Amino acid sequence: MNITLRYFASIREALGTGSQTWQTQANTVAALRDELMAQGGAYPEALARGKAIRVAVNQVMVEESAALTDGAEVAFFPPVTGG
Amino acid sequence: MGTSARVAIQTADFDVAQETALLHAADGRVGAVCTFLGTVRQRSGADTISSMELEHYPGMTEQAIEAMIDQAMARFDIFAARVVHRVGLLQPTDQIVWVGVSSAHRGQSFQACEFLMDYLKTQAPFWKKEQTPQGAHWVDARASDDAALARWGIQARNA
Repeated sequence: MNITLRYFASIREALGTGSQTWQTQANTVAALRDELMAQGGAYPEALARGKAIRVAVNQVMVEESAALTDGAEVAFFPPVTGG
Repeated sequence: MGTSARVAIQTADFDVAQETALLHAADGRVGAVCTFLGTVRQRSGADTISSMELEHYPGMTEQAIEAMIDQAMARFDIFAARVVHRVGLLQPTDQIVWVGVSSAHRGQSFQACEFLMDYLKTQAPFWKKEQTPQGAHWVDARASDDAALARWGIQARNA
């Protein structure tokens, strides 16, 4: 299925892009994260396990066990620091 | 950028007196307005801040704050709430965020105002990058902000 990826703040800077379209075999956010890291380049470091990364699917924060659906917008970003 | 009656995300500065008046001027039920104003500190630990860049997630940020206000309206006996948050490039002493809540008596608006700020700190997608003479760095999330939200019975891990 096809999804849209969004990256923010330090992750956006590390990957050098704020968004991309992506064809995925993953059914969950966790599997998607593994799939993205397997690309190599800046991805394994930017999305490394053990790093505090938050995820939103269709603009709602979710756990990594969340399911993906075709056309979803999936965002990866560091812990938020507004206010 | 996103603006509704309850949420405004904007690069422009805002007028606190005008924002406060909007919460009560047309509503005779209001007997209390509680507001919070957050500003850019000049120092962050040992660093002197020369400027601060605020990034957000357009669409999601507005939606997340609308959901927080829904929760505040359900939890507290308040009439109205509004959040204004700036993004883009800010300087020390600049206004960043303003939260205002109205109610009949002070207790409920005091509580709802603090609840909204605790929520916003850990659940609204904003990121701060500080520019210092030593270079730029992204601000780290604080565990104390998670603890502040936990006081309201909400366990949500951010930091």
